[in-house]
Amino acid sequence: MGILDLTALELGRKIKAKEISAVEAVQAVLEQTKKAEPAVHAYVSYDEESALKRAEEVQKKIDDGTLTGPLAGVPVAVKDNICTKGYKTTCSSRILENFVPTYAAQAVENLIAAGVVIIGKTNMDEFAMGSTTETSAFGPTKNPWNQEHVPGGSSGGSAAAVAAGECFMALGSDTGGSIRQPSSFCGITGMKPTYGTISRYGLIAYGSSLDQIGPMAKDVSDCAALLEASASYDKKDSTSIERDEYDFTSALVDDVKGMKIGIPKDYFGEGLDPEVREAVMAAARTLEKKGAVVEEFDLGLVDYAIPAYYVIASAEASSNLSRFDGIKYGYRAKGAEGLHDMYKKTRSGGFGPEVKRRIMLGSFVLSSGYYDAYYLKALRTKALIKQEFDKAFASYDLILGPAAPTTAPKLGESLSDPIKMYLGDIYTISANLAGLPGISVPCGKDSKGLPIGLQLLGDCFQEKKLIRAAYAFEQTRTYEAPEIVKGGVQ
Amino acid sequence: MSKQYETVIGLEVHVELATNTKIFCGCSTEFGGAPNTHTCPVCTGMPGSLPVLNKQVVEYAVAVGLATNCSITQNCKFDRKNYFYPDNPQNYQISQLYLPICRDGHVEIETDGGTKSVGIHEIHMEEDAGKLIHDEWEDCSLVDYNRSGVPLIEIVSEPDMRSADEVVAYLEKLRLIIQYLGASDCKLQEGSMRADVNLSVREAGAEEFGTRTEMKNLNSFKAIRRAIEGETDRQIALLEEGREVTQETRRWDDTKEKSYPMRSKEDAQDYRYFPDPDLVPVIISDEWIEQIRDAQPELRDEKRRRYKETYGLPDYDIDIITGSKHLANIFEATIDHGAEAKEVSNWLMGETMRLVNDSEMDLTDISFAPEHLAALIGMVKKNEINRKVAKEVFEKIFKEDVDPKAYVEEHGLKSMNDEGALKETITQIVSGNPKSVEDYKAGKKKAMGFLVGQTMKATQGKADPGVVNKILKEILESL
Amino acid sequence: MANHISDETIEYVGILAKLELSGEEKEQAKKDMESMLDYVDKLNELDTDGVEPMSHVFPVNNVFREDIVTNGDDREEILANAPERKDGAFVVPKTVE
Repeated sequence: MGILDLTALELGRKIKAKEISAVEAVQAVLEQTKKAEPAVHAYVSYDEESALKRAEEVQKKIDDGTLTGPLAGVPVAVKDNICTKGYKTTCSSRILENFVPTYAAQAVENLIAAGVVIIGKTNMDEFAMGSTTETSAFGPTKNPWNQEHVPGGSSGGSAAAVAAGECFMALGSDTGGSIRQPSSFCGITGMKPTYGTISRYGLIAYGSSLDQIGPMAKDVSDCAALLEASASYDKKDSTSIERDEYDFTSALVDDVKGMKIGIPKDYFGEGLDPEVREAVMAAARTLEKKGAVVEEFDLGLVDYAIPAYYVIASAEASSNLSRFDGIKYGYRAKGAEGLHDMYKKTRSGGFGPEVKRRIMLGSFVLSSGYYDAYYLKALRTKALIKQEFDKAFASYDLILGPAAPTTAPKLGESLSDPIKMYLGDIYTISANLAGLPGISVPCGKDSKGLPIGLQLLGDCFQEKKLIRAAYAFEQTRTYEAPEIVKGGVQ
Repeated sequence: MSKQYETVIGLEVHVELATNTKIFCGCSTEFGGAPNTHTCPVCTGMPGSLPVLNKQVVEYAVAVGLATNCSITQNCKFDRKNYFYPDNPQNYQISQLYLPICRDGHVEIETDGGTKSVGIHEIHMEEDAGKLIHDEWEDCSLVDYNRSGVPLIEIVSEPDMRSADEVVAYLEKLRLIIQYLGASDCKLQEGSMRADVNLSVREAGAEEFGTRTEMKNLNSFKAIRRAIEGETDRQIALLEEGREVTQETRRWDDTKEKSYPMRSKEDAQDYRYFPDPDLVPVIISDEWIEQIRDAQPELRDEKRRRYKETYGLPDYDIDIITGSKHLANIFEATIDHGAEAKEVSNWLMGETMRLVNDSEMDLTDISFAPEHLAALIGMVKKNEINRKVAKEVFEKIFKEDVDPKAYVEEHGLKSMNDEGALKETITQIVSGNPKSVEDYKAGKKKAMGFLVGQTMKATQGKADPGVVNKILKEILESL
Repeated sequence: MANHISDETIEYVGILAKLELSGEEKEQAKKDMESMLDYVDKLNELDTDGVEPMSHVFPVNNVFREDIVTNGDDREEILANAPERKDGAFVVPKTVE
């Protein structure tokens, strides 16, 4: 068994046992990255030299006993909208092409303290706006399972990097499904925690009230460990929530006896691929066999989540992205005549079409005369959706469904029709509106050999229930890596 | 002009709060400093940075609200005001539109026309913008974010004022209240208090308001008066010509005594306010309000009563001294250093005000140490120096904050109160001026003044005039 | 349904958002916005009367900082990414005529 076949926690244990050094682990990942990147393009940038240097430092600290955590020495990738101090953070946008933050996101600080080695920054849809990683200004990421297909998005680079063995685990961010959907498309496990669990400080905002950083990894255990290492109550983020406990790995228990799982009928209607449906229903039966009580129910308001989401996310984005103006950092257009011309040329040249589309929509729905009809209406809808979930969680511990209606589409298929692309987020988006935690776990493959993801949603602060059920389900399967990893470095 | 017009004025007053740090980050609010040395990722709008509210800002805002008879919004929120300008690093300003912290207050003002209540529509908290420095030589401006994120409250009045006098009285009133609370130093010149004037005119007796304009860049009471007069005239002239007033923001140029429209097509005034998702609501409990009320310092009216009861000062003196929190502080501190209240009051009302007026400075800029004034008063009382010398020394205290004891010592200004020596000097002067002695004897009492003057001259002003008078009289009578 | 977005509206929103769209982009933006708004109009099917707009999912409030200076002079770091700087400040095109 080669280094790349290990999970992050297995690797961490072997590093601690001195069977593998942190440097060897990083070397293995870098070699695989060099091999896979031309086909996958998971990274916006990675830095071999600094990764190796960091691995040496970490190894020293492991040796002298200052670093003892389970992830010490593990190579990790970070989505390129999460600030890394002294290291380029671009949001896959031309407007931030050369931006080097002088501060790190709190989640990154936490991971560094846990002793991980950051390999590089992963590709994404520009400013996390998209579901395919095709809106990146630096070219699309390809699905490691089949390079004619997208990896999903917006955290497509992180998902692909994990699946292709270019790192052991990665941080993504999820505003409407951007962790869970690419995890599903790439056959890995990804989790969006309860809003406020991982600090947003240093996460470059898209929709502030919906954005949440989360872990992406090969399995549920790694995911729980990465969540545990990244989460913290952060006084720099006013929306950070002080949790009673952060020991998420304690929920890695193979037991779902008596757990009540609801399946929303509305999630299995029109638009759902039959193969996805079959795999997800099979997963539900598996959990039932293991002792869970599974039943169907009416969730309601499912169709209203996407329009509400696009109003809220676009409105917040139009304001959040106004700071990119060519003055303090990033791209500035040359040859502008005067201030306003500079603003316009910079922003028009620096942002891609999808970002501009959402900024325009967001500016419009907030503009004079439309605020009530669109923005407040969307916030009211959000309140009703939250009520629906409250009702559901009064009866069920978890909600089970697909992470996405289909497996990964081919490159170029989705962008032509934005509404159709947005509809792909139908199962994931409401968790962001209601602040809920959700996890996507691989549950099979379609006839084309593309992975299918099972999504579990929990009530706010019920990550442990999610982890337990996902872990129990995972015990019935074995992790499968795509070809690009097999035959990799031994 | 055939018709009679009435001017209707409302004010938007911005006050910089006297906190140590900015409203949403731990940067210092200290004035001055090289450009961008009081900045961090939050107040320069770096991507991924997030605001966290300074609690003291809420407490100052509530204190001002209570002192201006407002009701406190116990569940208030921050909103984003979106507009592009380089002094605003996020290209939105965090402010309050939907749920401002204070509403529906009023203050009483006094003018020659009598007492009147001016309504306060609301007070909201917000962040200040940075500063733009225009490069003289190159075709560019420089942005300094040291002021970006300094906490402000904006006090929005009702359109209740009808003249420049009322406006100035209202501003003076607000300034006093806020200075007394210690919530701001309220200096117009330095921009820690700024007033935008919303003004419209209408025919006397009309019920509807006319179209208003908003005037900015008013940084002294004089400028405010001139701008009100100028804008009133401009609007009346337009109406008289049968034209309409355009609702717009205008910039007052005090040197040219003219205002100019401020915005272009690129500044569509559509701020797209929405609740800031990065900040959580502020819930102000009854207990918290009471705590803030209890912690309020003595306000002016209480001080007035106390000065009258404790020190028995005349109303006029009390008005002047309590008319500035800073002056009142100096008054009380000087008394604490052992000086007698009436004496302190005399020095503040007389010499201090004279020097302030001569140098056209703000009362808040008085910077001498109260113990130096107290020491000076003590020296006069003990006859160590005479009043004339004391005035000279006080000027030094006022301007350079010298220690009066050391100064008098160093410059040999101590009174010549050795009667023996003085007698000798006076005897010489008397014998050297027989004509004056004759005049005195002949009943011309004026001659006495001349002899006193000669004595003072001979003693370089150090003799106590009272003592000189006494001795001189004795000598003259004995002749 | 069927929202109509006029040229003026696209022009106006462009001014608000500081985006300059080419003729072709404008036409596309009109179409995109129309179809998005048609889609969003679905929300009108919902009766939301009396429902309080929900900005924050959790009832978290009163998150404060104490009024203590914690930041020093980080000017070099703040200016490190500036496209143009001079005399310790950010340079912008002249803002007064």
